[in-house]
Amino acid sequence: MNVQSKPPATPLIQLRGIHKHYGDYHALRGIDLEIRQGEFFSLLGPSGCGKTTLLRTIAGFEQPSSGQLVIDGKDMSGVPPNHRPTNMVFQSYAIFPHLTVAENVGFGLRRDPRPKEQRARAVAEALEMVGLGGYGNRAAHALSGGQRQRVALARALILKPKVLLLDEPLSALDKKLRENMQVELIRLQRNVGITFILVTHDQEEALVMSDRIAVMFEGAIGQMADPETLYRRPNSRRVAEFIGKMNLLPAEVGMEGNRIVVEVAGLGRGAVEPDQAPGGVIEGNSTVGIRPETLSLLFPGETTDRRVAEGVVDEVVYYGDMTYYDVRIPGVEEPLTISMKNLIGRPVLDVGTPTKVAWDERSLVVLSR
Amino acid sequence: MMRGGWLRAYALLYLVFLFAPILLLPLFAFNDASVIAFPLTGFTTHWFQELWTTEALHQALRNSLVIAVLNSLIATLLGVCAARATSGPAFPGKRGILGFIMLPLVLPEIVIAVSLLVVVRQVLDLQLSNVTVILAHVVISLPFSIAILNGAFANLDPAFEEAAQDLGETRWGAFRLVTLPLVFPGIISSLLICFIISLDDFVLAQFLTGANPTLPVYIYGLTRFVKSLPVIMALGTLLVALSITLLVIAEYFRRRGVARAGLKDSGGFL
Repeated sequence: MNVQSKPPATPLIQLRGIHKHYGDYHALRGIDLEIRQGEFFSLLGPSGCGKTTLLRTIAGFEQPSSGQLVIDGKDMSGVPPNHRPTNMVFQSYAIFPHLTVAENVGFGLRRDPRPKEQRARAVAEALEMVGLGGYGNRAAHALSGGQRQRVALARALILKPKVLLLDEPLSALDKKLRENMQVELIRLQRNVGITFILVTHDQEEALVMSDRIAVMFEGAIGQMADPETLYRRPNSRRVAEFIGKMNLLPAEVGMEGNRIVVEVAGLGRGAVEPDQAPGGVIEGNSTVGIRPETLSLLFPGETTDRRVAEGVVDEVVYYGDMTYYDVRIPGVEEPLTISMKNLIGRPVLDVGTPTKVAWDERSLVVLSR
Repeated sequence: MMRGGWLRAYALLYLVFLFAPILLLPLFAFNDASVIAFPLTGFTTHWFQELWTTEALHQALRNSLVIAVLNSLIATLLGVCAARATSGPAFPGKRGILGFIMLPLVLPEIVIAVSLLVVVRQVLDLQLSNVTVILAHVVISLPFSIAILNGAFANLDPAFEEAAQDLGETRWGAFRLVTLPLVFPGIISSLLICFIISLDDFVLAQFLTGANPTLPVYIYGLTRFVKSLPVIMALGTLLVALSITLLVIAEYFRRRGVARAGLKDSGGFL
């Protein structure tokens, strides 16, 4: 969703075959990754998938057991955190409670040779940038959660790092504040032009904010792509289920010449394009995914030239702007979830209403793995 | 209601039983008689004047103070190292080592005293001196120092030092600029407690002291002379006042440390 200028040829960060063992525990299993200058990159995954370990490896708080990390053309092995061109916003924010807001933000300038007044001006500008102008003399422990987060941002950005690392920075905030901060972070990132690497378990947050996302499971990257590809064309069942809501249907997958043909339980036979099988095709019994919003219910009196399956409304969940229907279709064990916009004049159907579900071949994703 | 009343009465009696004897100290310290007995005969500051002029007592006091100061410095320094190590990530044998350090807390002092005497005289073949007393006091002070400092270190977010390193500081710099100021009240508290423990100790000093006795050992020597009892009362009055003052200061610093880290007080060491 972010419009970016063409990136330069060499990536800012390169990870090659990064492994990390803690005793018997294999936390990172061969991570290969390239992140471009100016990119907003997210590491997304359930807790324990290794995303934070990977971020801490980039920051220098963890040493990889094997593999290479290059930042800005320099090999980082043996380089301590204080000599890396990275700065971090910690999950707890780690605002020093014995210092004022200005002292916190100016902490990284202790070794700065500039005269005192210039450093003070830099601190004031950094606070201005995160919307905390005039807060410099406040005691750090008296700040709210959102303000602490801004202080942590200003403190990290004042050193003008090549890369800003963010470890679940929004998880401690309530929903409304979190959504505001997402937008602010995107804007901030565009203004400063610094590469951001965000760790999050919140798929929505990753989709909203990132240029690219690496989805991680059990210490390895499951899929790496831009948000739209990740959402529309997941390469495996795990990725499909982790990101958004996905209907999974049993299917027979086969090749007829160059065409991929699927026989989907309850929906029927169809042909799909190669891009609809990003994880590859394994012929035989397989799974096909279809997103709730690409399906639609036919309300009484409506007709369509799309493919249609008949079913019965099994469950109705009303969200205000949307209604989620679970529709039971003969021949399919799990009901299909369908999301419908609550447009003017459109009724909310009752449980037990017989209905028709319209779908398209182009919305199917073959999930062989 | 009734049950609450009994409990309150019991608590009150308990406190009287504990502290009433201490109240006798100032009573007889200002009593104008060389015999410790009721009824009181009149007010005097004579016994305090005698304290002022007894040279041997001054020598013992100086001795005790030197030992107490050195003990509190050494025990607190070791306590800081131990508390920092145990507040970090787990390492093999962590619980065992910590338990070992805390052991003197539950051992009878006389057992520690005798075994240290055997070690110092028979095994190491050292002369008894202030140094041996200091070593013994460090052994019994360390558990208290660690208990206090563990509290101070446990309150710290492990990300504090990492954040400081991330912002350009070395590991030592991060410790000095962030951790040390945050645990500083705990350090003061530990220094004071260890000081008092050393100053109050009689058993270990009695066994391990060299040619110059510490104050408690000196006082014990005085008790053999009945007429010096009021002087001991006067001295005791001063020591109790000093101990209470130091404890109050120590608790003040501990609470300030908790407040400074922006945390709730979960009941302290005292």
